[in-house]
Amino acid sequence: MIAILDYKAGNLTSVKRAMNILNEKACITSDPEVIASAERVIFPGVGAAGSAMADLRRMGLDEALVRTYEMGKPLLGICLGMQIIMEHSHENNTRCLGLLKGEVKPFPGNLQDPDRDGKLKVPHMGWNSIRFLRDHILFEDVDPAGQFYFVHGYYPVPGDEDCIVAETTYGFPFASVLALNNLVAVQFHPEKSGRPGLKMLSNFCHWDGSNHA
Amino acid sequence: MLSRRIIPCLDVRDGKLTKGIQFKGNVVIGDPVETAARYYEEGADEIVFYDITASSESRDIMIETVEKVAERIFIPFSVGGGIRTLDDMRRVLLAGAEKVSVNSAAIRDPSIIERGAEAFGSQCIVLGMDVKKVAGTEKIPSGYEMVIDGGRTYTGLDALAWARKGEKLGAGEICLNSIDADGTQDGYEIELTRLISSQAGIPVIASGGAGKPAHLAEVLTAGMADAALIASITHYGMYSISDIKVYLRERGVPVRLTW
Repeated sequence: MIAILDYKAGNLTSVKRAMNILNEKACITSDPEVIASAERVIFPGVGAAGSAMADLRRMGLDEALVRTYEMGKPLLGICLGMQIIMEHSHENNTRCLGLLKGEVKPFPGNLQDPDRDGKLKVPHMGWNSIRFLRDHILFEDVDPAGQFYFVHGYYPVPGDEDCIVAETTYGFPFASVLALNNLVAVQFHPEKSGRPGLKMLSNFCHWDGSNHA
Repeated sequence: MLSRRIIPCLDVRDGKLTKGIQFKGNVVIGDPVETAARYYEEGADEIVFYDITASSESRDIMIETVEKVAERIFIPFSVGGGIRTLDDMRRVLLAGAEKVSVNSAAIRDPSIIERGAEAFGSQCIVLGMDVKKVAGTEKIPSGYEMVIDGGRTYTGLDALAWARKGEKLGAGEICLNSIDADGTQDGYEIELTRLISSQAGIPVIASGGAGKPAHLAEVLTAGMADAALIASITHYGMYSISDIKVYLRERGVPVRLTW
């Protein structure tokens, strides 16, 4: 069973629907015991870091996530879920889970768009490519020309560059896929990224948590 | 590099896909769920649903349609038309939509933008703008006026001032529809799109007037739009999404070509 962590942030039903089409058993849950017994955990989310962290603490889910990681279970953070596994977010000046070293910064609002005249729009919204710095088993058989759907105003800056699996350029390059041991975090929404996203999710559902790539 | 998005717009009335010209004379042309699934397979980057009746009975039908669509397509989609309250927003988002679009209701009560962004996040809130070209006056300095009720009622609001206010209140995106160009297939309103998109800090979707791929190229370059809404151009099979994207790519517009 795959646990989709419910902390009242964002559109969890779309992750569940993606699991349905992949014929994978998944449940949306905020029960730490269900999470403890799950085979793997997806940590989705849209919204703001401050209220999300507060909700996680209130529901005891911050500890459940740390335990999931420490037990070596496959753990996937999506969008805000990626940002919250870092140490600190500048959004609402929030102390986060700290599973990965590094922080989360806002896209500057007055940056010139290098690709056309005018300012870079924030949020970074739409389809963008990812450029692999190393292989990861979650992207096996994912078309490298495929793009992914992003929507975010903040981006992660990992403390350890070895964690960066892939980068995306929006005004400048930022880390869009991070991995450490049994943890993978993506800034895009695989559940809204068509076939490449579904393939990545399918790979996650069959991953044992080690990185053989 | 961020791709420019191509977004088919499906006008839905009582659970049926329809199309009209300049917001009038809509006729039924198909099934919204099947059409959305086809567009997903054909490489649409996103889909917009517009509930063009939005009576309370049709609202329930729309929620059912949204749920069915969400089972079939794995790209973002938004729903607009008759969204008046936070509860309307919540129902649509829980049914599986990524975003909701507010239009007339936001003009009547701008706080719905702020409250929606607070409750669901700015990325969920699209400010739908229906705009008509008018003579520039002291009250409408841009020469573009906000209209509501499907283009029937002039509001006295300047389109540029309203776009700025909507962004400030927390809208995450603007869907900018020219009533003058809607359904004509004569091309987007470039001047209007460029005006709003160059002044907005959030993405702008251009809407109204697409008749051939060159119109999209124009609005995505000269018009500075971040995305282009299409309807007639693909609904009637004149062009496929792939035809349009290949044309855009050849002209240097970044698009998503693998799906």
